[in-house]
Amino acid sequence: MAAAVSPTSLESAPRIMRLVAECSRSRARAGELRLPHGPVATPVFMPVGTQATMKGITAEQLDALGCRICLGNTYHLGLRPGPELIQKAHGLHGFMNWPHNLLTDSGGFQMVSLVSLSEVTEEGVRFRSPYDGDETLLSPEKSVEIQNALGSDIIMQLDDVVSSTVTGPRVEEAMYRSIRWLDRCIAAHRRPDKQNLFAIIQGGLDADLRATCLEEMTKRDVPGFAIGGLSGGESKGQFWRMVALSTSRLPKDKPRYLMGVGYATDLVVCVALGCDMFDCVFPTRTARFGSALVPTGNLQLKKQQYEKDFLPIDSDCACPTCQKHSRAFLHALLHSDNTAALHHLTVHNIAYQLQLMSAMRASIVEKRFPDFVRDFMGTMYGDPTLCPTWATEALASVGITLS
Amino acid sequence: MELLNLLFFSYQDLEESLRMKLNLTKVVNGCRLGKIKSLGKTGDRTMDIPACLLYTKTGCAPHLTHQTLHTIHGLPAMAQLTLSSLAEHHEVLAEYKEGIGKFIGMPESLLYCSLHDPVSPCPAGYVTNKSVSVWGLGGRVEMTASKFMAIQQALQPDWFQCLSDGEASFEEATSIRRARKSVDRSLLFLDNCLRLQEESEVLQKSTIIGVIEGGDVMEERLRSARETAKRPVGGFLLDGFQGNPATLETRLYLLSSVTAELPEDKPRLICGVSRPDEVLECIERGVDLFESFFPYQVTERGCALTFSFDYQPNPEETLLQQNGTQEEIKYVAHAKKIKTTSYNQEMTSFEINLKEKKYQEDFDPLVRGCSCYCCKNHTRAYIHHLLVTNELLAGVLLMMHNFEHYFGFFHSIREALKSDRLAQLKELIRRQAS
Repeated sequence: MAAAVSPTSLESAPRIMRLVAECSRSRARAGELRLPHGPVATPVFMPVGTQATMKGITAEQLDALGCRICLGNTYHLGLRPGPELIQKAHGLHGFMNWPHNLLTDSGGFQMVSLVSLSEVTEEGVRFRSPYDGDETLLSPEKSVEIQNALGSDIIMQLDDVVSSTVTGPRVEEAMYRSIRWLDRCIAAHRRPDKQNLFAIIQGGLDADLRATCLEEMTKRDVPGFAIGGLSGGESKGQFWRMVALSTSRLPKDKPRYLMGVGYATDLVVCVALGCDMFDCVFPTRTARFGSALVPTGNLQLKKQQYEKDFLPIDSDCACPTCQKHSRAFLHALLHSDNTAALHHLTVHNIAYQLQLMSAMRASIVEKRFPDFVRDFMGTMYGDPTLCPTWATEALASVGITLS
Repeated sequence: MELLNLLFFSYQDLEESLRMKLNLTKVVNGCRLGKIKSLGKTGDRTMDIPACLLYTKTGCAPHLTHQTLHTIHGLPAMAQLTLSSLAEHHEVLAEYKEGIGKFIGMPESLLYCSLHDPVSPCPAGYVTNKSVSVWGLGGRVEMTASKFMAIQQALQPDWFQCLSDGEASFEEATSIRRARKSVDRSLLFLDNCLRLQEESEVLQKSTIIGVIEGGDVMEERLRSARETAKRPVGGFLLDGFQGNPATLETRLYLLSSVTAELPEDKPRLICGVSRPDEVLECIERGVDLFESFFPYQVTERGCALTFSFDYQPNPEETLLQQNGTQEEIKYVAHAKKIKTTSYNQEMTSFEINLKEKKYQEDFDPLVRGCSCYCCKNHTRAYIHHLLVTNELLAGVLLMMHNFEHYFGFFHSIREALKSDRLAQLKELIRRQAS
């Protein structure tokens, strides 16, 4: 499938992305984001620190791992501790003492994840608080207002999010509404010079709706685009096709942020498809369940088989956990009530994700990305025929064959 | 008679092989200031006394990875491991062969292995003439002297508490018979363990700490002290003095009598005592080493240590601090019972409760002037937020602060002893204890 011609950007739009290299076969790109709190190399994985904390690891630890951008969540922080307090604390950066970049989600995803507590109208999303039953209206204006107070480097539009398993007129309604809400967000944004507002492409799993959304949203003057509404319950076959469609219609000189993607295989494939930025709770969440990420998949360290395994999680990993500890020790610690066990794994899993992105980037810069992909798949799945079909197809669509 | 001679002869050998030496710099009002030299497997480590040991759970400081642990200033030279958390991993360690220090990623630390965890008391009624039980998360582990020594052989700590019967102190009023039994059993365990140590080259690299028992019966306490002192142990653990503040008070009179019977040149440890005021009382009665579980308990109830140990502050600071302390004491006048994960513990007046609403917009550090990572980087408002939202980082940051604050307190004890100002420090602490 030949890539459609990417539209050129509007002259006046802020250019925060500098392309450093492009894969000559696939759509993979290596670049650098210029953000208020420093440069960020892409492709990048952004760990999720929902409530102004990276789940048990300190800002110093996160910095030492090489993380230069992470996520906070507007819905959660808007409730606790609230935008007024955060503003008093010199923004989210000041409140959590994070010196590098922050990206805040608009609260839109909570419409899906907390669907029983929410109601969507043209005005916005009405949420009932799980803590005190209070009702709050999250409108595009309110979301941007909160994000302005938080002071994050990248802010997201409020979008009308439907689960990817929903079909019918609701999907079209949500897509058009997201465009209208994008315009309202742009109008309400008080700090375009300090905070970069990204649009979020919707349209569900319908190619026509997606295409319409892409056409409309790329007419708007925004520094970057996210691909939303995916990474829910849809099939991987539908998933990659929507990603590929989106990247084929998004401008080349602006970053493409694929929301909610974090499994290693998905990251590799979607980088090949032309995405630059990713976020996902998976690596940090799975750490707290005792699962360590490795190039061949994951190790469920609580299991009996690791009781006397004196190797580190990954002998090639440079993270503090692998430098100091064995699987056997982590196994014992995971069976205790010392939370340090979780922190050890969180550190490792973040290191794993960042190291994967770093390796991908180097291969793009050094013009050997397709080989990298083949090596990666070989390590992860063994035989190329054991690689998931959707991944093989997706890679083939951009000129990378596995065998 | 000949048997006894043989025993004493081999004890002499063991005594000589104990390389470590405690040198007392001075003794002031019963408080000992000194240095223990030639510690550790390589025999080149030293430790100042009085001091505390780093509290760990399953060989790891609570909430802290190696990275976060090492941002703490004034880390103790010796860490405390608990057999209750490690006994169930005996087989793994035996196969590992290289000892618990390396296994837990602390090869450079001195290690002391106690029987029990001071924070989670174990159920009574499981000590017999032949065995003692410890309680891990996987359940009860029963140990005869041989099994106990086999476990220590796998652990290879620098010091370990000998197998002992500590249950005489569990009841309110110990019977003389029970107290006598605790002493007899503990001495028997000690002699058995010493004998087993003689037969093992590996075990000889570790030092046995003799345990003083005897409940609340003076006669038995003195007997335990005298008899244990005859054996070639490296130091003494004063067991059975823990409990609530009231029990310690009534037992303090016993403590002085016991330590008077012990040789000056061997360290005295106490278990179950960690509150700042109680620490000072025990130091005055000849105790050298303490556990540091108190800062952990404070952390678990979402609190931060704020008590002052600055016994010679500048006048301006005194005024500021006094006003601050005044506020804290007033507010904390009604002691609150706060549920913790392991133990119902009352909040003390040495700490503040960060969950309180008044800290929501407090952008000061936990303690002004504290050089810990938490105070240098974060505010009370942030910690409050982390606690309210149940975030794991709350425990991490509070543990870092509470440990550093507590280690700073011990440093100030040594400094006060050096400059003969312990009375001032004691008065300062007494004023802050409610």
